[in-house]
Amino acid sequence: MEPIMATQKRSLLVIGGTSDIAKETALTFARNGWTVIISGRDPDDIAAEAANLELRVPGSRVAAAALDILDTESFVPFLDRLPSLPDAVLCAVGLLGNQGQAERDPAHASLIMRSNFEGPGLLLGLIADRFEARGQGAIIGISSVAGDRGRASNYVYGAAKAGLSAFLSGLRNRLAGKGVHVLTVKPGFVRTRMTAGMKLPAALTAEPRELGEAIYRAVEKRRNVIYVRRVWRPIMFLIGSIPETAFKKMSL
Amino acid sequence: MEICGWGRFPRVECRIGFPHDEESLRRLVTSGRSIARGNGRAYGDSALNPARTIDMTGFDRMLAFEPQTGSLTVEAGVILGDIIEAFLPRGWFPPVTPGTKFVSVGGMIAADVHGKNHHKHGSFGAFVEWIDLMVADGSVLRCSRGENPDLFAFTVGGMGLTGIILRAAIRLMPVESGWVRQQTIPACCLADAIEIFERSRSWTYSVAWIDCFAQGNALGRSIVMLGEHAVRAELDGSTKSTPYAMAPRRRRRLPLDAPRLALNRFSIRAFNAYYYAKGRRNAGSSLVDWDSYFYPLDTILDWNRIYGRRGFAQFQCVLPLATSLKGLSELLAAISSARQGSFLAVLKRMGAQESRFSFPMEGYTLALDFPVGAASLALMERLDAITLAHGGRFYLAKDARMNAATLERADPRVGAFREMRSISGAAHHFSSLQSERLLL
Repeated sequence: MEPIMATQKRSLLVIGGTSDIAKETALTFARNGWTVIISGRDPDDIAAEAANLELRVPGSRVAAAALDILDTESFVPFLDRLPSLPDAVLCAVGLLGNQGQAERDPAHASLIMRSNFEGPGLLLGLIADRFEARGQGAIIGISSVAGDRGRASNYVYGAAKAGLSAFLSGLRNRLAGKGVHVLTVKPGFVRTRMTAGMKLPAALTAEPRELGEAIYRAVEKRRNVIYVRRVWRPIMFLIGSIPETAFKKMSL
Repeated sequence: MEICGWGRFPRVECRIGFPHDEESLRRLVTSGRSIARGNGRAYGDSALNPARTIDMTGFDRMLAFEPQTGSLTVEAGVILGDIIEAFLPRGWFPPVTPGTKFVSVGGMIAADVHGKNHHKHGSFGAFVEWIDLMVADGSVLRCSRGENPDLFAFTVGGMGLTGIILRAAIRLMPVESGWVRQQTIPACCLADAIEIFERSRSWTYSVAWIDCFAQGNALGRSIVMLGEHAVRAELDGSTKSTPYAMAPRRRRRLPLDAPRLALNRFSIRAFNAYYYAKGRRNAGSSLVDWDSYFYPLDTILDWNRIYGRRGFAQFQCVLPLATSLKGLSELLAAISSARQGSFLAVLKRMGAQESRFSFPMEGYTLALDFPVGAASLALMERLDAITLAHGGRFYLAKDARMNAATLERADPRVGAFREMRSISGAAHHFSSLQSERLLL
């Protein structure tokens, strides 16, 4: 599916490139003629992912670049080493972790916070500066509906995602009018490895492919915040409007 | 979690494992009995194990492709439709395909699936170069015709009972376009249909749909559909300049289970009569896109819900050439007189095939589906008996209800298969509800 005009291909950097959401999004962008750089912690894993993407999309060009989201010191050299500044960046790093363990073990809680907020926030902040200097770019952050309101069942993860949502919202505010687009994605339930084995309501659960296509459209249309299945917007509105006095007694 | 095969019968509560790498798979394999499951397209209980069913769809990477030979290496959970999407634009097509593109490569190998070209090209296994198999002790063995040849031969068609297929190299076939030239020929009765198959053996693809309500002189009346990959010279206009491009097909979904009465004897009979009349009207030659030709049912996602909540059972047997006409006549007469006609009844000529445990052999195969119920289960017992009496055997990827004695009488290879399972230790690590029912 080569674009008809031989224009310079646009490029997407995917951080956390081995997650199901990242894979499907990269696939959609590649099908639409973008070049893709896959990054992730394990060099073998991201190389296999890059090969997979090139095989699945005839004519696509995919590279791999290793990056550990917890190694914040490495972010600047990582960005300096990229052959060119990408047109868009997708941050799909995520660690659901285990809420019970996070309550007992500060190290586990810290890992969840750093993986979902500190690492992604710092990296996207650095990229935002470079996009701003260039006057062009798209930043796509995968946050979560879990960040819209803290719940007993997953509030450590939720708090980290809430931090990421607020960070993205701030970036969007700062960069509005500077040519840089910031998209916050709150996927809701998605059938991925992270949710494998969970009983999920079919109407609320998106397939990864659906998510990839929704993200691509949202970038093209420069949307600000998307829930992949539209039903999530009223649901999260309702959950958000329950008074705290009542909410604290509920089990959601 | 309650899961089922494509026929939605039986439905069983199973513990499901979702390994995402070799290490997590190894822990599952070595910790008890399990069965691998791909995209859930086997009809019955081949990929159900209440103690542990291993969902392999997370192993979904395409790994390598050699454009000189068409050899494609993929992980077992890669879906056939994704292979077509990726490789048809490069001029390659799967050399063997079953009636749905929503099957995994692991599942295709385990069931050693066949397609409309079996009489000419054999089954899918013929195009498998090697398999990486995780065996009982958790180690991974490369199996091919040269390396671990016995294990390779038992794994192709082995229904997942030799180990867990991790990845495989398969040979794709070059095609000049995504179009198929189809020739449609009505057959007035079974003998006529067989005669058409026999004189059409040079065609790459052939299959017939049978009106299983027809009786008497019209018993076995059918529409035979022959096909050949179209070459560039047969295309015109825009299809010639983009021979692999297709307009996207509209997909529909059956949103609900059909109510029990929707698919009754009268509606099925009306459909059968309509389909036959339509086939007669459209007799002749036409160009059809690959998706409509090979996968007519795939446009209706979840078509299996048409049979309602009770689900349906498939019956598929193959009879040797010598007894085909007589045996098929008896099978069709039994179906017709039981007034249990099937919505989709398919007849196909198979070629000769040597295998350790695969389904195909030279002769004719008949596939039918019936809504699950006491009457249809009783009918299928009679169909078993007729098949046995004519030296036929049964397709395990479709089966959900046969008994062990029937399988043993149908297939002298069962003993060797059991022995291999017992000696290799596979019997203690890999089992499905089907393998337990059939004492494999």
